[in-house]
Amino acid sequence: MAAYIIRRVLWGIVTIVAVIFLTFLLFRVFPTADPATLLAGKGATTQRIAMIRQELGLNHSWLVQFWIYLKGILFHFNLGYSYYTQRSVLSEIGTALPATLSLTIGAVVLWILIGIPIGILSALKRGSIWDRTAMIGALTFVSMPTFWFGLILIYFFAQSLGLLQIFPGPGSYVGFTADPVKWFGALILPWLVLALTQAAIYSRLLRGNLLDVMGEDYIRTARAKGLPNRRVVYKHGVRSAITPVLTVLAIDLGALLGGAVITERIFEIHGVGLLNITAIGNSDFPVVQGTTVLAAVFVVVANIGVDIAYAYLDPRVRYT
Amino acid sequence: MSGPLISVEDLRVSFDTDDGVVHAVDGLSYKVTPGSTLGIVGESGSGKSVSSLTMLGLTRGPQAKISGKIMFAADPERGPEDLVSMDDDKLRRIRGNDIAMIFQDPLSALHPFYKVGMQLMETVLAHRNVSKRAARERAIELLGLVGIPDPQRRVDQYPHEFSGGMRQRVMIAMALANEPKLLIADEPTTALDVTVQAQILALLDGLQQRLGMAIVVITHDLAVVAEIADEIAVMYAGRIVEHAGTTKVFASPQHPYTWGLLQSIPRLDSPREEELVPIAGRPPSLINRPTGCHFHPRCPYVQEDHKRIDPRLETVPGDPGHEVACLLEADVRARIWDGLASGQSPGEMRPLAAVSKRSGAAPAPPHSRSEGHSS
Repeated sequence: MAAYIIRRVLWGIVTIVAVIFLTFLLFRVFPTADPATLLAGKGATTQRIAMIRQELGLNHSWLVQFWIYLKGILFHFNLGYSYYTQRSVLSEIGTALPATLSLTIGAVVLWILIGIPIGILSALKRGSIWDRTAMIGALTFVSMPTFWFGLILIYFFAQSLGLLQIFPGPGSYVGFTADPVKWFGALILPWLVLALTQAAIYSRLLRGNLLDVMGEDYIRTARAKGLPNRRVVYKHGVRSAITPVLTVLAIDLGALLGGAVITERIFEIHGVGLLNITAIGNSDFPVVQGTTVLAAVFVVVANIGVDIAYAYLDPRVRYT
Repeated sequence: MSGPLISVEDLRVSFDTDDGVVHAVDGLSYKVTPGSTLGIVGESGSGKSVSSLTMLGLTRGPQAKISGKIMFAADPERGPEDLVSMDDDKLRRIRGNDIAMIFQDPLSALHPFYKVGMQLMETVLAHRNVSKRAARERAIELLGLVGIPDPQRRVDQYPHEFSGGMRQRVMIAMALANEPKLLIADEPTTALDVTVQAQILALLDGLQQRLGMAIVVITHDLAVVAEIADEIAVMYAGRIVEHAGTTKVFASPQHPYTWGLLQSIPRLDSPREEELVPIAGRPPSLINRPTGCHFHPRCPYVQEDHKRIDPRLETVPGDPGHEVACLLEADVRARIWDGLASGQSPGEMRPLAAVSKRSGAAPAPPHSRSEGHSS
């Protein structure tokens, strides 16, 4: 098991280095908007632009630039400095991460609370009105693009813009430490946007798994033993059916922590996702790379975590 | 002598499917006395498993139609109660307690995520008000009872850490947890190696003698029931076509389907050049069942009127306790079986059946009947 984990972690590091290199290649070697021109602003003189290029170190060959970048990670561990704010990318991410964490974790809790019970009930009452309604609802939410669904929620419910003006709208996000009540209110709509789509996916996934599991021989054994129905369903059925769902959950969580780009953009939550797209728009390379690497780290860690967790969830799984 | 432990009376089970109504069990009746063993033999789709699952209420569902009675005498003082009409919760308390069941594939029948000890314990705890500690002690005791070495250690292992035979022993231990009065063994040895099969059958036999429970063994393999059954019921298309004591079934089988089953068993003492005789054709569709005798499309001795007349299970003349559902005359059946047993092929014996038809129209039958009475 230990050898397996070490091997996975080493491969994870290789993956992340590859991501760093590819991002570097994409944004600095292949043609993009020139950051110096963007930074200098409209009507800047060529001397001024040349000076900025010099300052940003853009005159070095790209290999030298890559080495400087790697040094930033390995020795200073600050991921370089933003062209715009001059702050280290690490502290930029540090400022943005709490918002992304709030959004992601709240949404995950909400979609589990909605998706799992619906999935179980639908499977147990398969073919009933309840099941059909739930599955049509799920299909509807799965089919709605986040950007559209987010705008619809704002259109109906946001205090500043909506018809009903129930919940705080875009731009109302504040940190939890600043004002917990406002923090909670501002996140209700974004949480719903993320959670309802995902809850739909999870309920369908769990329903399908549970239907399969309830047809297994060991469920028949559990019934033949005379166990109470609740125990048969939860301890024997759901326990098996939910394991693959947890795998998907960990990977989704890893991906979302890298930034819920669309949701953050629509609701103007200054999280990692918004930081990333703003930086792309500005050709703020160090920030683009920093946020991309962070997302890659989350995904890699989530995947390793899932594989390790699986050995505990399913005793048949043993790694060597 | 008390009455039967379980008495199945005209049990019918059918399922609505997209393709039509599947008549899985069609008028099944049998009795099992306490401590005895009944073997139910038949091929896949003969309704043998469905009838047993129905006993435990495991076929109940929106698509299932169940009629008839299964009278079970769990407690001699209370008298027999009908399991078909019993409510779910009451039936649940009988399952795994008074009636227990073991299944064909012991790997898929055990939960892969839980230790065998836990799976045994929950069987005990579902029916008895004992501490977890006591249940664990019982689990270890049960593993020892079914011949699993080192039960103290094995109790904390997962099913995938056991071999096939050991897993089936675990299943048997689980079934015995609450000392049932009836054990249903559904193809208990089919998924196992031949040597392990013999061990498991010997184990069941020994446990029955020690614990005094009745056993219903369901199998497609006559060799299995030959070892442990007192009586054999041969099922075909949801019905019993022949029912008798085990020795009777092997010595003087009456139904052409039973003959087919017997002739398809390889024997060590048969001549090397003698070929096994398969039963021609395929098992019948339970949605569109054959008319008349359900076996007629596969029967080598079929006559024209067998395609119209549905035979009833009747006592063989002169052989009380031996029942058969066959339209051939008793003496003709006896002669055909004599011929088959002496190595002749069904094709060679076929003309005998046609003779029976003609003699059936002539005043010959009284002769055969009087013969039956005199013996």
